[in-house]
Amino acid sequence: MRRASYEGVAVAVPVTVPYVRYSTHGAHWFIGRAVEALVERSGIAKDEIDGLTVSSFALAPDTAVGVTQHLGLSPRWLDHIPTGGASGVMALRRAARAVQAGDADVVACVAADANHVESFRQMLGGFSHFARDASYPYGSGGPNSIFAFITAAYMRAHGATREDFGRIAVAQRANALANPDALFKTPLTLDQYLAARPIAEPIHLFDCVMPCAGAEAFLVMSEERARDLGLAHVLVRGAIERHNAFADDPVLLRGGWLVDRDELYAQAGVRPDAIDFVETYDDYPVVVMLQLEDLGFCAKGEGPAFVRARTLTHDGDFPNNTGGGQLSAGQAGCAGGFLGMTEAIRQLTGEAGARTVADAQIGLVSGFGMVTYDRCLCTGAVILGRAS
Amino acid sequence: MTMPLMKPRRKNPVLRTPQMNLPPWARGRTALGMTAAAAEGRFELQVCERCAAVQYPPRDACHRCLSAELAWRAQSGEGELLSETVLHHSNDPFYRERLPWRLGLVRLDAGPTVIVHLHGDVASPISTQGTVAAAPAASGEPAPRQPPRPPQRSVRVHVGARLDRAGAAVLIGFPPEESEHMADDKMLREMASDPRFRKILVTDGKTAVGQALVQALVKAGAEIVWVGHAEPWKKLPGLDDISALAPVTLVPLDLSNGRSVVELAGEIGGKVDIVVNNAEVHRAFGIAARRGTDAARAEMDINYFGLLRLAQELGPALRARSADGTTHAAAWVNLLSVYALSNYPPHGTFSASKAAAHSLAQCLRAEMRPSGIRVINVFPGPIDDEWNQNLPPPKVAPAALASAIVKALKEGIEDVYPGDVAQEWLERWRENPKVLERELSAGG
Repeated sequence: MRRASYEGVAVAVPVTVPYVRYSTHGAHWFIGRAVEALVERSGIAKDEIDGLTVSSFALAPDTAVGVTQHLGLSPRWLDHIPTGGASGVMALRRAARAVQAGDADVVACVAADANHVESFRQMLGGFSHFARDASYPYGSGGPNSIFAFITAAYMRAHGATREDFGRIAVAQRANALANPDALFKTPLTLDQYLAARPIAEPIHLFDCVMPCAGAEAFLVMSEERARDLGLAHVLVRGAIERHNAFADDPVLLRGGWLVDRDELYAQAGVRPDAIDFVETYDDYPVVVMLQLEDLGFCAKGEGPAFVRARTLTHDGDFPNNTGGGQLSAGQAGCAGGFLGMTEAIRQLTGEAGARTVADAQIGLVSGFGMVTYDRCLCTGAVILGRAS
Repeated sequence: MTMPLMKPRRKNPVLRTPQMNLPPWARGRTALGMTAAAAEGRFELQVCERCAAVQYPPRDACHRCLSAELAWRAQSGEGELLSETVLHHSNDPFYRERLPWRLGLVRLDAGPTVIVHLHGDVASPISTQGTVAAAPAASGEPAPRQPPRPPQRSVRVHVGARLDRAGAAVLIGFPPEESEHMADDKMLREMASDPRFRKILVTDGKTAVGQALVQALVKAGAEIVWVGHAEPWKKLPGLDDISALAPVTLVPLDLSNGRSVVELAGEIGGKVDIVVNNAEVHRAFGIAARRGTDAARAEMDINYFGLLRLAQELGPALRARSADGTTHAAAWVNLLSVYALSNYPPHGTFSASKAAAHSLAQCLRAEMRPSGIRVINVFPGPIDDEWNQNLPPPKVAPAALASAIVKALKEGIEDVYPGDVAQEWLERWRENPKVLERELSAGG
């Protein structure tokens, strides 16, 4: 059966609760700030928010339902989506269907994470059963060693160099300098990138994101509703997700986008060359390259040549991670999976300020989440279009 | 190639003795199956009984056919190294103190991809250093410099399971061929309690097993072997031979005498790295064989209370020095008996004392684990000594028992069942302890 379109769904009110390296506040505090900003900036009364998705690693033992009582919300539709880098795409897809089906009129999609001085280390050991049993005991548990394996395997398979990955990190830093919410405020040169200390070879310091605390959020509603309220909004042209694709590949060198991308572009009625900017998930530069390939911007293995030939800054010929991405804005846990979404909404609603991509009509947001053992399991992508 | 370990320099007495930080030890119940096999020196993974799929990490259902019938089966461990990394950063205190640390990603021939600690002798599949470009330039662009693609080679590895300092199983990627000083690899030494350059106490030198142990430990490179003898006035055969070995020092030690244990601990407690408690009394046989409890009490006094006295005095000493340099305190070996698993009526009271000792050794293991000291329990079948004179072969020769213990120290094995009899009893006990009890009550 052909998948129904996302016609008539609007996405609006991109909210960022500014990131801080460490905070004594918990996830509930950041969620509260995000929902308050959604209410204030949309003019929609709190009681009119009748749908809620929550994405966070730091809520335990609460889930999304605990958040409803914490914030005094009474939604008639609720979802808990703690899927890290894929949470933004997954939240949008679910919220869009709820709105289309009439299960909810206004859905608040919220992602937030806390970062206490100790919390990152504690999260690593308890991230998944597989991590506890088979990766954390080996010393790096966190994703550094996994993406070091993937980066080294990619370099071996496709001849990528550290400079190639460096181009991605350097361009994103340039974008971040025009984003007041980015944690990193100073330029990064390729020489500085190459001279950085090793973390897990071949990964060096500027290949890694900085864990921080913060929140991202947006609203999903019908196009009519957004128009009636006078809210700047974007439209959902197409969306896909896939989990645990290519499970028999010995090492992750391709992702689930490859399975579903034709359907994505067919649903949106565009080809990759019609996309004006791309927000890729970027916990490490190598995954940006994987997404460029698997989403059809270049052939498999041509990622290195692609990033050498194109300019990835917001004013370049292939704008990528126009707000600096997580590599330069910081990674606020699950909110990292929303970062590309709020940035894309801003780009398509004229709120991107100095980093605006000129004449952008269509943007693609890609999600990649959840390393439970040796690879990232969730992939997803959304194509958003400027409202006419 | 691994460089041979050099004798460590004398410790600077002014410096604080470092304390132990264990590697992450938490494992799920299912995953502990791998630890159970590694404790006996085997590498086992879950295999689906229905579809034969081999899987890792351990799961509660077969990832291919969803069957819940999953059995732990020995693996060859042959595989190909897909990728490697060297950690220069870790959030974990154990690894922070040991960086840099090499890890590998291995595709086992049996199917799963596994993360391993990578031995230094395993070749690298590619150098990730340097700047090499290979992909063609996009059309219209001037071609960037294109040095030749780095040579790619398939690197074979042999994966095995070992217990780490926390006593939990981890996977190790070994080179396919052994080399002379392989065991001296920095990572591998963390998984073992190699006797080389270590100071070792063997609690009883008068028995054939004790003397074989001393010989084997000296041969394995022990720096000092203190050998206990309870009755120095008795000239027992063999004692002169081992006393002649340079590292050996005879020390008075009577495990039935609390003061004797305290005095020895005061003398060597700050130095001993490995304790091998081989002292045992084996006298009373069954219940009806003799009247009174004196002989049985003597067995308990050495086999059970002796261990308790020794553990109370030397346990804290080992724990305090478990991170003290390259040849830190490392292990505690208990000579038990396979009769500890199920009573062998012809040696009934001896069996009971060994069962008590086994239970206490489990307690000792639990108390030593937080400091990373390995407790090795040895369960031989009948040893070929005077107290088993009437038993027919097969019996374990003292030299074979000693070499099994040295092997366990070198390979980090925690439970040792040396000899054919012990292996067979273990198998029967695992299969059905009640059936074994009935068989033993009928004479074996």
